[in-house]
This record gives sequence, structure tokens and C-alpha cells, in this order.
Amino acid sequence: MKELTYPFDSSELMKNKKKLRRLLLNDGRTRFKKKIAFLCGSTADDIIKMTEIFLLDMGIECEFYKSEYNKFWEDGVFDNPHLNKFAPDIILIHTTNRNIRSYVFDMTVDCKQAEDMLSEEYRRFETLWESLREKYNCPIIQNNFDMPLYRVLGNRDIWDHHGFGNFITKLNMRFYEYASSHESFYINDINYISAQYGLEKWADPSYWYMYKYALSPECIPELSLNIANIIKSIFGRNKKVLMTDLDNTLWGGVVGDDGVEGIETGQETAAGECFSEFQEYIRQHKQIGIVLGVNSKNDHENALAGLESPDVAVKPDDFAVIKANWEPKSINLEEAAGELNLLPESFVFLDDNPAEREIVTAQTGASAPCLDNIHEYIRTVDRNGYFEVTALSHDDLERNDMYMADKQRRETSKRFDSYEDYLESLEMRAVIHGFEPADIPRVTQLTNKSNQFNLTTRRYTQGEIEAASADENCITLCGRLEDKFGSYGIVSVMIGRVDGDAMDIELWLMSCRVLRRGMEYAMMDRLLEQASVRGVKEVKGHYYKTPKNSMVKELYRDMVFEKVLEEPNGDSHWRLCLQGRQKLKYFIDIKES
Amino acid sequence: MGNVMNRLENVFRDVFDDDRIVISENTTAADIEDWDSLEHINLIAAVEKEFGMRFTMKEVSGMKNVGEMLDIICERGK
Repeated sequence: MKELTYPFDSSELMKNKKKLRRLLLNDGRTRFKKKIAFLCGSTADDIIKMTEIFLLDMGIECEFYKSEYNKFWEDGVFDNPHLNKFAPDIILIHTTNRNIRSYVFDMTVDCKQAEDMLSEEYRRFETLWESLREKYNCPIIQNNFDMPLYRVLGNRDIWDHHGFGNFITKLNMRFYEYASSHESFYINDINYISAQYGLEKWADPSYWYMYKYALSPECIPELSLNIANIIKSIFGRNKKVLMTDLDNTLWGGVVGDDGVEGIETGQETAAGECFSEFQEYIRQHKQIGIVLGVNSKNDHENALAGLESPDVAVKPDDFAVIKANWEPKSINLEEAAGELNLLPESFVFLDDNPAEREIVTAQTGASAPCLDNIHEYIRTVDRNGYFEVTALSHDDLERNDMYMADKQRRETSKRFDSYEDYLESLEMRAVIHGFEPADIPRVTQLTNKSNQFNLTTRRYTQGEIEAASADENCITLCGRLEDKFGSYGIVSVMIGRVDGDAMDIELWLMSCRVLRRGMEYAMMDRLLEQASVRGVKEVKGHYYKTPKNSMVKELYRDMVFEKVLEEPNGDSHWRLCLQGRQKLKYFIDIKES
Repeated sequence: MGNVMNRLENVFRDVFDDDRIVISENTTAADIEDWDSLEHINLIAAVEKEFGMRFTMKEVSGMKNVGEMLDIICERGK
């Protein structure tokens, strides 16, 4: 929704919350459902409502639990039947510096005593997190703290151990240490949000005294977007591709008219410096696994010439896909999505031309933030939080290499007479085994972001994946694939639940990057093999229809299952008798580890 | 004055997402179903934004009906 894309009008959003919620809930989109618990140190009703709206816009429909006012600690630490019953998928603790209890301003306190105050405060929070972790085993989002509104010690407040600013800074550092050594724990950086918004506007004291609002209503959308971005990222709903226009977006001027020498980039002019910094910003995204693309109305040679200019910081090889032609940009984007096996809606499209943005968003569902002035490009893209980094898997870091290898594969496939010859030539090798601790973040990520090749579309938290891997009645499998061009990492996940001599396939998904490579046969073969060893005689499979998974509607038929039942809503149920089972055919060499 | 009343009415309609709301000087929180203490905060913030002014803490807690709100707006609003 355009109104919800940064830069937005905060007051309008706050005023129109009810209407926005109503419109989003009635827009006909299918959303997956999650449960979020807010444990609050101040009145947070509007923060929850605004967060709900941003999440709806991101495709997630949430139910919320809210702690009693300022009972975040008690609600989390002590036995809480309501929260137990609610069974949260994520717990968010919303506090601000108003909730810090152990700090007192006392000039007689020495360094050691100051350190003790700090530890006491830190332990209060750590106790809360540990208690939540143990009871609910779900991701926890905890904010750091905003800076104080006044400084009795003036500038000395930040470095002297008596100062509140100094206390907050050290406490925040302790929180970060916890975050860096614990999985599924995320910092909601309100220290940054409040600073960028302006501390005076952020914490208007009148709202605190009248309503116990720790921040003024105008800042709530900023905070809520920040929270929604963390949540959507945990659930695997980040954007995956950054696709940019060239002329007047990546550099100033029109390369086809002005020539490579004439485009504005590099250190010569103020605008040139802006464009250079923007190029650098885009290139940095490669390192966090974001796929880069070009979508430009240009002759292909001119586009390449521009990118090869020594003053341009992103090179043709940085882009997994370059569409420089005179086709409509919406068609280019859709083609690129097809080549990368990603959904168009996972694209962020950058273009200075409002008309191009309009048609691309309307036709493809990609996001296209409003880019008006070059000096605001970075801020606009950055603040929308499209690529919020929560988990950073090994695969994320190598993703661009994988897509570059894909580019080579596409070239190669043109040279073979039969598809089977092509598959054989790829020299594919797969490693398929049960979930191991190192696999768990990636497996969880896949269960949350795979939509197309996903039979049951069950979403799992990290805790649930851990539980499945430890469950004796579950056969878990994750498969890695590599070929002569490179490695894909973990691309397919299965969970089969064994009950006596029957097994139910609860989860089966595969990354679309490896479609039509035979990996699905290899996975099924391995699952059935392990099931046989456990004495399973009958295997049940299910296809639960969603708007996105029609490609696997008849998949079980290919695996020689027989259809037992097709329901009116499109779901179907399948079975296979393991007796006399024949090995499935594929061109992949399977290794144990 | 009529113009201020119209603008105020539109703020009420947006905040409560109900185009049928009609307000008068005698309207109080009891007349509008969703007007509870939480929505009051949103309403005040939206009115302040619309008229480019701030209510004092005393005014926020002291206002008895729309008429009193209107008086303050006419005095200081834009």
C-alpha cells in the first residue's frame, strides 16, 4: 500500500488506522497467520494497532496478546496461563528508558557501585528473556534504550559513570552481547529510531504524564514499521531482489544520449558524489545475499558501457540479471523473476520515473519506493527495511555466486539435444540427511519463505524445527545440491511423521532455484528408503492448495502415489504402499554427508 | 465557525472510520460508540495536527464536550 511506504505521513496514518485496517483486511489477499505477544512497559495499544497494519501490508495477519500495563516483567517471568494458552510465535518486549529501575542519580556512587547497578538492571532483563525462552521457545524481540531527555551533568553525562546517558549506553552494550551470543533473539533498535526522528519529538513528556505513552503518537508509525520489519524478516518475508533503473537512477544523465563520458557519477560534482554513494549502497546489498538486477530502457551495449565506466561502483558482474532493452519494464521484471525462479513481489524496483514505478507496481506486485531527489534515495530505500537482516545463513552470503552460476547454466542448457543429456552433464551431487544443528536456521527460513514448491505450506519457528529434529517419531531430511558450476546449499526439506506402520508427510518443500533438476525425486527416494527401514508400510501425502503452489498440485502422481481424495477446496490426499517399491529415476549422485 | 466545525467533524469521521458521524457542540464521548480513553488520545493528536496547535494537559483532561474543544480551537487553532 502506497500510504505505508516510507516516506509516509505519520499523522495521517495514525488518524486513519481504523480505515487502513479495514481496507487491508478486505483486499482479498491470502495471508498467513501468526501470533505475537507484546509485553509492554508503557501504553502500547496504538503501537500494536499500527504494527498490525504494516504486517497486513506485508502479507502477515496477526493475532496479538498484550500484557497488563507495565507488567512486562511479571507477565513474562511468572506462571501465565493466558500467555500459555495464546502460544505466541514471537514475543516482543516494548520498553523505553522510562522502564529502567536500578539507575539512581547519586554523585556519591563509586565506579564499582555503578557497575553493580548496571548488572542488576541487566540481570532483570536477562531473567525475563531466559524465562520466556524456556517457557515459549519462540523468537524474542527486545528493544535497546533511547537516550535520556535531560542531562544534569551536561556533556559529562555520557562518559561519567554517574550519568544516565552513560548507564544507558553500557546497558545497551550488554544487550548486544546477549544478542550476539543467542539465537532467535533480536534487538529492536529504538536508540537509532529515536535519534533519527529527533529525541524531543520522540518522547513528548506530556504524553507520558497524561497517558503513559513513552513516545508521542507521531513516532508510532516509525517504531511500528521497524518492528514489523523485524517480524516479517523472521518469518522469511524479506524482499530478495534489488532491481534498478540506470539513467537518472544509478547515474545522472542518459548514457545513450550523453555517452559514457557525459553521465554524472564519481567525485566531480555534488550530484555525481550522491550517485556514487548510492551505487556503493546498492553493491553492499550483495554481501547480505540480496540479488541485484538492472531494468532499463536502453540499448544493451550502452547499458553495459555505462556500468563498465571506471566511475561507476557497480559492475555488470555484480548483477545476476541485466534487462536493458525497450520492452515495458513490468515485462522485464517478470521475465527476470522467471529466470531467477523468484516471485515478482519479492522485488524492490528502483526508478526515478513515477510513471514507471506506477506501472511496475500495478502489473507485477513489486515494491517501488518513491525516489524524487538523488540525495534522498539511500534514506528512502534504507528506511523501508525491505532487507532487514535477522538470520544470516551461509547461503545468504553465497547467494549471488549461485545466481551467477545459474546464468552459466542457462547458457549451457542451450547446447544439448535432450534435457536428460543436459542433466547428466551437470554432474549433480546431493547430500541428504536429517536436520543437524547447523542446518536449523536455513531450514526454518525455507519453511517460512517457500511458497511455490511447498505441499503443505506449514510455517515453522526455529523451536519447532529443533523439536522435530529431536522427535523420534519424525524423519527429517534436508538436501543440499551442487553441480559443476557451484553449490546451491540447502534446497529441500521434508518432515515425515511415523505412527506405527504409517507415515504422514507433514512438510515437503523445495527452493524453486532447483526446479526440473530431479532433486524432488532424490528427496522422496531417500525419505521412502528411511521409512522402509523403520518398518513403514503406507505413506500418506497431502497437497494443501494456496494461491501460489499450483505447480505441485499433481506432484504426488509423479511419485507414483495414488490419489485418495480431492476436496472441493482443491486440497488432495494421496497414498503409497511401500511394498515392492521401485527406485525413482534421477540424475543426481547421492552422498551420505 | 461553521468551517471549523466541518473540519472537526471530518477528523472525527477519520479517527472513528465512520462517515455517518455528525457532531454538535453538545456531543460527548458517551455519544460515539468507539470514543474510549485510548481513542481519545488519537482524537486529540489528530485535532492538534489538523488545526496546527497543542492542547495543554489541563485542557485535555478538562474538556467536557465538543463545544469546549471548539472554543479552544477557535482561540488558538489555525
